[in-house]
Amino acid sequence: MSENQFTNPVIKWIDHRLPVFTFMRHETHEYPTPKNLNYFWNFGSLAGIALVVMIVTGITLSMSYTAHVDYAFDSVERIMRDVNHGWLLRYIHMNGASFFFIVVFIHIFRGLYYGSYKAPRELLWILGVVILLLMMATAFMGYVLPWGQMSFWGATVITNLFSAIPLVGESIVSWLWGGFSVDNPTLNRFFSLHFLLPFVIVGVVVLHLFALHRFGSNNPLGIDTKGPQDTLPFHPYYTIKDFFGLSVFLTIFAAAVFFFPNFMGHPDNYIPANALQTPAHIVPEWYFLPFYAILRAVPDKLGGVLAMFGAIAVLFVLPWLDRSPVRSGRFRPVFKIFFWLLLADCVLLGYIGAKPPEGMYVIVGRLATIWYFVHFLIILPVLSVVETPRPLPQSISSPVFGGSGSMTGAAAAPKEKV
Amino acid sequence: MANSKSTKSTKKPAQAQPSRRDFIVVASYAMGAVGAGAFAWPLIDQMNPAADTLALASVEVDVSKLEEGQSITLKWRGKPVFIRHRTSSEIDEAGRVNAENLRDPETDEVRVQKPEYLVVLGVCTHLGCVPLGQKIGEVRGEYDGWFCPCHGSHYDSSGRIRKGPAPKNLEVPPYAFLSDEVIRIG
Repeated sequence: MSENQFTNPVIKWIDHRLPVFTFMRHETHEYPTPKNLNYFWNFGSLAGIALVVMIVTGITLSMSYTAHVDYAFDSVERIMRDVNHGWLLRYIHMNGASFFFIVVFIHIFRGLYYGSYKAPRELLWILGVVILLLMMATAFMGYVLPWGQMSFWGATVITNLFSAIPLVGESIVSWLWGGFSVDNPTLNRFFSLHFLLPFVIVGVVVLHLFALHRFGSNNPLGIDTKGPQDTLPFHPYYTIKDFFGLSVFLTIFAAAVFFFPNFMGHPDNYIPANALQTPAHIVPEWYFLPFYAILRAVPDKLGGVLAMFGAIAVLFVLPWLDRSPVRSGRFRPVFKIFFWLLLADCVLLGYIGAKPPEGMYVIVGRLATIWYFVHFLIILPVLSVVETPRPLPQSISSPVFGGSGSMTGAAAAPKEKV
Repeated sequence: MANSKSTKSTKKPAQAQPSRRDFIVVASYAMGAVGAGAFAWPLIDQMNPAADTLALASVEVDVSKLEEGQSITLKWRGKPVFIRHRTSSEIDEAGRVNAENLRDPETDEVRVQKPEYLVVLGVCTHLGCVPLGQKIGEVRGEYDGWFCPCHGSHYDSSGRIRKGPAPKNLEVPPYAFLSDEVIRIG
């Protein structure tokens, strides 16, 4: 192996035997990154930081939490009142979950718009969907731990989804519960899994990054980098850009933690769990609302559950549904319209999910659900065939785009500010 | 350019002159360090005793039922407290000892508020075991006090270390007589 270029003798000695420093330099310093990334490319690193914040605050919270039906609620209140800075840690963890999802949703829609799921990044995308699923499971089980009314009834409703499975449904549900209802064994295992899954997420994130670094980031033009003139070293150019984005993110996050800590929560969860009374209007946390709306849109138990899981499953096969060779939505005039429609549809589903299932809300929810699947299963495959994309620039460096994109190689188009 | 700079600022090469950018970089790192520290402190401090733990820091006990020669053990801050109603011979014995020759020199007077009642923490100052000698019939060591079975420390009738590996006398907790026969510990 060639000699490493470190000057510090200790680092040099270690790196010769265990080349972690070479690895770090290669992957986080020299790592060639497309030079035209916009601020939407901040959200991957923000998601990573959100994960670290959740793990750190979660471990500290677990030091004062008691996973028992008789003590869980009180131990959380003790964290809020008596444990030093416990209120801060809990509010960071509680709002951190919401902000983690905000960041990840933006990250996903970034990928959808710029075609980041297309070859050769299909596995990168699929690993991302796996992370989303793990996040949803982790967030759901975490929400059960305070053992308030929403915790208890959320756990009851979500675990009962599995009872829709023909034949073995009831057995699976009682296996999940460890009994005949959501009770102490359920709380104990949820705590155990809530502690475990974040580390599984870390493992999948490592794979996600591994796959990312194989071909490097996609970029707003959606075309491959063609050489050093198209890239910048990750450090300092993107570290500083990520840090700037991080500081903006943390400012907003801190504002929520300190001024609106319960804005995204539900007051019913400050009532201790009562197995004999369901709250009048139960809703999941906001980040599950679109899925909840899809669940309720189908007037059949099994059908609703299948539709809800199908909404995620369709993302797994997205790379093979959208066959258009053009990645970026910038050069796909029709796709672009449908992208915004999909985003609006998801927001609408979220709104419907928060409303009671009656009257117009049912009809709108059904239409929005149908549109969600139509987008992925019909519109994207059809667009791949019928849409005429705008001409792509020859390379990231070539100053061709910016105008209406009529010609490649037009000489005097305005130069990018990079 | 290098020459003109170096003549001005003694022996330093021109590159060593801090620029405005250096200042910004150092200031950014410093702010980052302050921010990281500010975030780290709550994570560390949460392991310190919580408010409810601190609130449970005192107990009261009525010693009127305690006969001469009897002891009771109670729990204060999770640790045993020994209260012994000492016999007059034990008081004499504790008072006769020349404190200067002890490993942890203390006279009996400074260790008690009323000579009849000795209040000490039942935690061996060696490695934290609970010494024997509270119950009738237990080994009380060679000095009529307590004996720690873990590593063989002998305490006298004033709770002072006399023999064995422990470095200090049994600790006297803060306490006060609320009345003649009610003691508040802590």
